[in-house]
Amino acid sequence: MAKGEIVAGCLAPHPPHLVYADNPEQNEAYSEGGWETLRWGYQRLARKLKDIEYDVIVIFTPHWQTYIGTHFLGLPRFKSKSVDPIFPNLFRYNYDLTVDVELAESMRDVASDSGLITKMMTNPDFRVDYGTITSCHLLNPSWDKPIVTISSCRNTHYYSPEVMVEQASALGHACAKAIEESGKRVVLVASHSLSHRHFVTEAPLPEDMSLEHIYNHSQYVWDMKIVEMMREGKSREVIDIMPEFTEQTMAETEGGGLIWMMAAMGFPEYSAEIYGYQSVIGTGNVIACWDPNDETREYVL
Amino acid sequence: MADASESDEPEILFGIYCPPHPQPLLAPELNDGYAKLRAAFDECRKRIEESDADLILIYSTTWPSIVGHQIQALENPVWTHVDDDFHYLGSMPYDFRMDVDFANGYAAAAVKRGLHSRTVAYDGFPIDTGSVVALQLLNPDNRIPACIVSSNMYANRAETIVLGKAARDTLVAQGKKAVVVVVASLSNRMFTEHIDEADDRIHSQKDDDWNRKILEFFGDGRLEDISQLSRDIHGQMRVNKVVAYKPAWWMAATMGQHNNYSGEVLAYEALHGAGGAVITLTPTAGSFGDKEFDEDDVEYYRGDRDVLDKGML
Repeated sequence: MAKGEIVAGCLAPHPPHLVYADNPEQNEAYSEGGWETLRWGYQRLARKLKDIEYDVIVIFTPHWQTYIGTHFLGLPRFKSKSVDPIFPNLFRYNYDLTVDVELAESMRDVASDSGLITKMMTNPDFRVDYGTITSCHLLNPSWDKPIVTISSCRNTHYYSPEVMVEQASALGHACAKAIEESGKRVVLVASHSLSHRHFVTEAPLPEDMSLEHIYNHSQYVWDMKIVEMMREGKSREVIDIMPEFTEQTMAETEGGGLIWMMAAMGFPEYSAEIYGYQSVIGTGNVIACWDPNDETREYVL
Repeated sequence: MADASESDEPEILFGIYCPPHPQPLLAPELNDGYAKLRAAFDECRKRIEESDADLILIYSTTWPSIVGHQIQALENPVWTHVDDDFHYLGSMPYDFRMDVDFANGYAAAAVKRGLHSRTVAYDGFPIDTGSVVALQLLNPDNRIPACIVSSNMYANRAETIVLGKAARDTLVAQGKKAVVVVVASLSNRMFTEHIDEADDRIHSQKDDDWNRKILEFFGDGRLEDISQLSRDIHGQMRVNKVVAYKPAWWMAATMGQHNNYSGEVLAYEALHGAGGAVITLTPTAGSFGDKEFDEDDVEYYRGDRDVLDKGML
């Protein structure tokens, strides 16, 4: 059997606003659009992924928050409705997805063998979180690939951002080993924003783009610094300053997704492809992709 | 129901402080402590049934909000909930009855007091673990309609106090007799590994010491004192997942910012390391004068101390 490999890694923010703005048939809410910079960026990245041969999407989500280790979806199919608890007016999405349980169990086994606390989630009534739904919908609207969802163990709050770097890195190494042993071609997804301070009020028309902007300039400057380092291939340095970035901007990197993905990909030294940056209800969001293939890697924006 | 014009004081029959963890609902048999918490919930259920309450009003720390303060307003939410961590303990099907008029009134009262607030009424809305556990155990037959309000993750003291006052406004305006329920842990640090439930204990001696001190306050009915100690509680015995420990602020602002309560700690046990207590606070007229908040703020000595008007029922 050929060795499995990671064929792409995507930083894929999950504001439900983006699905709302797209008006897919699965979502009950209706919009007049909005956040095109991000949505068009997602559409371009989705087209790129269509041209890549892969078997499964493995997604790390900060909206399945576990305090007792890292959990993995462990049943082959989940079908239900995801309603965002924060923005239920925007996101009520009927999903029907499949899970690569074999790969999930392998990842869990390797992670457990390396000393991490783990658990398979096998309750059929479990509702898949909206971070998973949003990022996967935007990257693969046809839902024609199985996924593996990995929960975010809350190390940042329980211990510190530095502990999160250690734990999420260890999880990334374990997942990479399991992928290699599986023989499968995998797209990794870290589902989160960068800076993550929200406005606490909402416009009467949420998609009124005349009112959308970053929460404050400090958040923007930090976000741009991170994007610049991504462009320069400084993924190790991005992770090194992650604790300070997380604390300074309340960044959603606190969940560990980008750390996990960079570690799994061996801290790439090549440029990230940047597909768009825009604020959503004040938070900073970049869509980026790390393509390990020198021949297909692009300069997008 | 009483005429709203009769009084500007809400009729709050008693308050309950209870933990959000699902073990007392799903697995009381796994640990004697879980069973004791379950028995305490059952005792509260009985007291609610024997009361003349029109409404169960819940503030849940496991329902975070960002866009202002959200209030559940779907008349009959039905779903099967599964906890993110404790999914292996089982599912929690629910079929609740909400007081839509109160929810709408509460949201309006909050806006009138300067808050951003809105109701949520969507089929499939994910009611949080803490609210599901509390309502399933305290009101299993939906005999009394309920209202659930979220805990805004950015809100601090002033905003939370005002949210409680808006609840009082609404109770007065609608003339409803309420049981007030706060769903929150004491210390909230859980073990970060899986444990044999039979071996459950409070995560650390420090957490246990602080829990017991706060329980002394609860037992003495010193709700306002606990409210005043919220920042110390947050710093000493809470994992800082949000900006502040808010439930005591809301509970005091809703029930009345004083110490004139009869407190009863029905159970205190570990829940995967966190401190879980079921406590009742009943308004009383007989206990003021011997607690810190009740003492005068003395500028000029006039003899023996007096009590603040604010602290008297």
